Amino acid sequence: MQESKVARPQVDVRLTVNGREHELRIEPRQTLAELLRGPLALTGTKVSCDSQVCGSCTVLVDGLTVSSCTYLAADADGRDVRTVEGLANPETGELTVLQQSFIDYAAFQCGFCTPGFLITASSLLEETPRPTREQVIEGLEGNICRCTGYQQIVDAVMAAAERSAS
Amino acid sequence: MTVLDQRPAVGPLGERPEVHSIGEHGSSPAPIGVSVPRRDGVAKVTGTAQFTVDIDLPGLCHARLLRSPHAHAIIRSIDVSAARALPGVVAVVSAEDLRDVNLVYGHAVADHPLIADGRVRFAGEPVVAVVAEDALTAEQALDLVEVDYEPLPYVTDPLEALKPEAPLVHEHRYDRGEHRGFDEKLEGEHLNVSSRAEHGWGDVDAAFAAAAHVVEGEYYYPMAYAYAMEPYTTVARFREGNLEVWASAQHPYMVRADLARCFGLPLANVRVSVPYVGGGYGSKSYTKIEPLTAALALRAGRPVRLALSVEESMSTIRSVSAILRLRTAFDADGLILARTGDLYLNGGAYAENSPRVANKASLRFMGPYRLPAYHVVSRAVYTNTVPGSSYRGLGGPQAVWAGESQMDEAALQLGIDPVELRRRNLLDKGERPWPNSRAFDADLRADFDVLTERLGYPGETGTGRGRAVALSASDGGAEPIGSAIIRLHSDGSVTLMCGSAEMGQGSATVLPQIAAGELGLPLERVHLLQSDTAFISYDRSTGASRTTTVMGLCIQRAAADVKRQLRDWAAEVLDVNASTFAEELGGLRHDGELLTWDEIVRRWFGGGSGEVVGTGYVRRAGVTQELPLFWEVGCLGVEVSVDTETGETRVDRLVTIGDVGCAVNPIMAEGQDIGGAMMGMGIGLREELVYEGETLVNGNLFDYRVPRTTDLPSEVTSILAERGDGVGPYGAKGGGEATVNPIAPAIANAVQRAVGVRIREAPLTPERVWRALQQRR
Repeated sequence: MQESKVARPQVDVRLTVNGREHELRIEPRQTLAELLRGPLALTGTKVSCDSQVCGSCTVLVDGLTVSSCTYLAADADGRDVRTVEGLANPETGELTVLQQSFIDYAAFQCGFCTPGFLITASSLLEETPRPTREQVIEGLEGNICRCTGYQQIVDAVMAAAERSAS
Repeated sequence: MTVLDQRPAVGPLGERPEVHSIGEHGSSPAPIGVSVPRRDGVAKVTGTAQFTVDIDLPGLCHARLLRSPHAHAIIRSIDVSAARALPGVVAVVSAEDLRDVNLVYGHAVADHPLIADGRVRFAGEPVVAVVAEDALTAEQALDLVEVDYEPLPYVTDPLEALKPEAPLVHEHRYDRGEHRGFDEKLEGEHLNVSSRAEHGWGDVDAAFAAAAHVVEGEYYYPMAYAYAMEPYTTVARFREGNLEVWASAQHPYMVRADLARCFGLPLANVRVSVPYVGGGYGSKSYTKIEPLTAALALRAGRPVRLALSVEESMSTIRSVSAILRLRTAFDADGLILARTGDLYLNGGAYAENSPRVANKASLRFMGPYRLPAYHVVSRAVYTNTVPGSSYRGLGGPQAVWAGESQMDEAALQLGIDPVELRRRNLLDKGERPWPNSRAFDADLRADFDVLTERLGYPGETGTGRGRAVALSASDGGAEPIGSAIIRLHSDGSVTLMCGSAEMGQGSATVLPQIAAGELGLPLERVHLLQSDTAFISYDRSTGASRTTTVMGLCIQRAAADVKRQLRDWAAEVLDVNASTFAEELGGLRHDGELLTWDEIVRRWFGGGSGEVVGTGYVRRAGVTQELPLFWEVGCLGVEVSVDTETGETRVDRLVTIGDVGCAVNPIMAEGQDIGGAMMGMGIGLREELVYEGETLVNGNLFDYRVPRTTDLPSEVTSILAERGDGVGPYGAKGGGEATVNPIAPAIANAVQRAVGVRIREAPLTPERVWRALQQRR
């Protein structure tokens, strides 16, 4: 993605994304989603509603789920960001148990909401390794999916939990 | 007896859950019928799958649109001088700057200018476009544009629009588009009628005169927003006299045709390339913002991206609301003698696909029932609202809402159980639903038995709870027009080329499965290229649940073409008669030796290289002569609970039977059925677009509520019925649009059984249910 050719105020940010340190010059108004998708070319994070309602843009900032469409990039200065591109093993490409479970349970169709679901569900399972089905449903309420009707997503997360435990 | 959702225990990583399927579809080669992992799976779970908004080009600039605040107005003047002067602005464009372009498109009615031209017809219509180095500059430039409007009287309700004194949305009729899909008579109709469809057979007057019971009602189905999570996005570039467009579009070839017409280019010089589509559901069928984006690229002299927000997308296309006035005549035994109806569909400011929606709605009120007489007229009406177009089910959700609600109302009036009433009237497999139609290709009777048994109907549900069913039959598949190309390479790998788009429904996986099966090759050897008009042959559309059937047939024929050529080539190479070969998986057996396909290629060409190219076509002939291509059948039941204090209604259990003939990929077929049911549930319980005056007041996701995980029924049972009774490969039929039709009336029927109120207006919001309960008291 190109950077703006129009001169505007800039700030420096230094942040870690998926384990790599970056030093960038950005505009204060830019969102974390714009930073990730633009200069860092990490287009896995998707913007849909652009207003924190749908969950598509969810990333982890210092381990907490955040709507990157609204979180300012400048606020990520000094922080550790993880996106969907940072889930699988960076050397081998091996998928996480959750990612593989999504594939096994057909927990996505068009795939646009999937990065957001994977981040939210990863965070959920990190906090609650053996969730009940109700906990999974509540935990994912902030992520909208239009294709699957959710059943296969919930099944996939439950399966991932059970597989990780065994 | 309660039925528990019996999902099997979780298996190890890589193991897929089983899908419950009934019926036998006959033999088919591997990997048909196997729930292979999605081909786009790794890309979508690692975030590397590319959508239109992820595409970047050198010199790409960004567009933003200034939209009309008025529902109906004359554009008196536009002043863009200040906007043009803003640093970073590349171009500012209105209709005045596009007189070298054919501004108007429309596949059913050619009435839609790609940007407002002298007049706006709905609040939100694009009037001026700014192209700039970055999106922020474009937005800032919009604030500098001045448009002087002269507001005109407007109309937003379709019945108001049909009154003699109603404001005219369009002042004259337009040419019918070549893809409108049906004949119509518009003489004598109000100018605000964009299209009129009429279907019927038999003598309805005699039937109603002879009827023992007549049930009638007026039903209302709202406007909805499909909310594909990827908003409308297009990238366009002119290069060396060619137009290249990347778009989130379901029908690349239809878009190509409109672009060629707008810009006076041959089809061969227009490329429409569609990457993964982030949801379609009909809302991305036919042309949307592609001509506008291309026009901006023309004026800018650079590639342009137009990426709409969700709010803007909600002001671009919506689904069509309907007022449905329907009557059903029954004899003393509860057999239907006739159904008649008048439907009024709010098609919005431009016809888009609402004529076809109106046409299909007038047929889909039929239901899967034996109807000696039928007569339905439906009108798509122009209003000064966001244009209405395709939505999953295409007229089915609207018509079945009325038809299946009325069946339960009839059951009550006649004193017959609703399930029994349906059983008495169900079509048998092999009967023709209407004269000269394809015979009914589903054993819906058997499916219905499984449904009622799994639902535990009627059962004891307790107070405030109820169980109900609904059925539907849609004439599916749209037009049988398509082609496929198979290229088998010298190393035995295969390039499969299909015009179908991948919007989540699974073409990227199912189509290679069919090719691999037909050629007897491992699935990993087949690579699919899809949805790019530059180098992939024509397919009419991705929609109407047609891809497995139509493109599947194309692939089978292309594979047969490949094998026929290779048989001839092998005969030449070995200097024997081709009849001496026996076809096996992956090659030909001759004299005890297996000649693999790729070996035949290498030997025929010599030099160890070359390839064989096979083509397959489908048109309206042979097995696809009869229409519809298949009957898409909905068969589902729900159990609801109603909180009588608040009117809040929940679907606690859902059972659905997907009668798909042959599920090429069962787990994906199941996902489509569940997804469709939840989508239809949204409109059944919550979703409606609301106009107050000229403004769409809930055109955003805060105020428009789509289903979330917490709306998921605690028990979902999805069963596939596979009897090999379709015209598609291995007896396949279409799927994906069946469940969205019957779910809303099933909910309304269950609410009636639960708390004794009949609500004829969807959605059954808590307020509507509560008011109905109050009125009953």
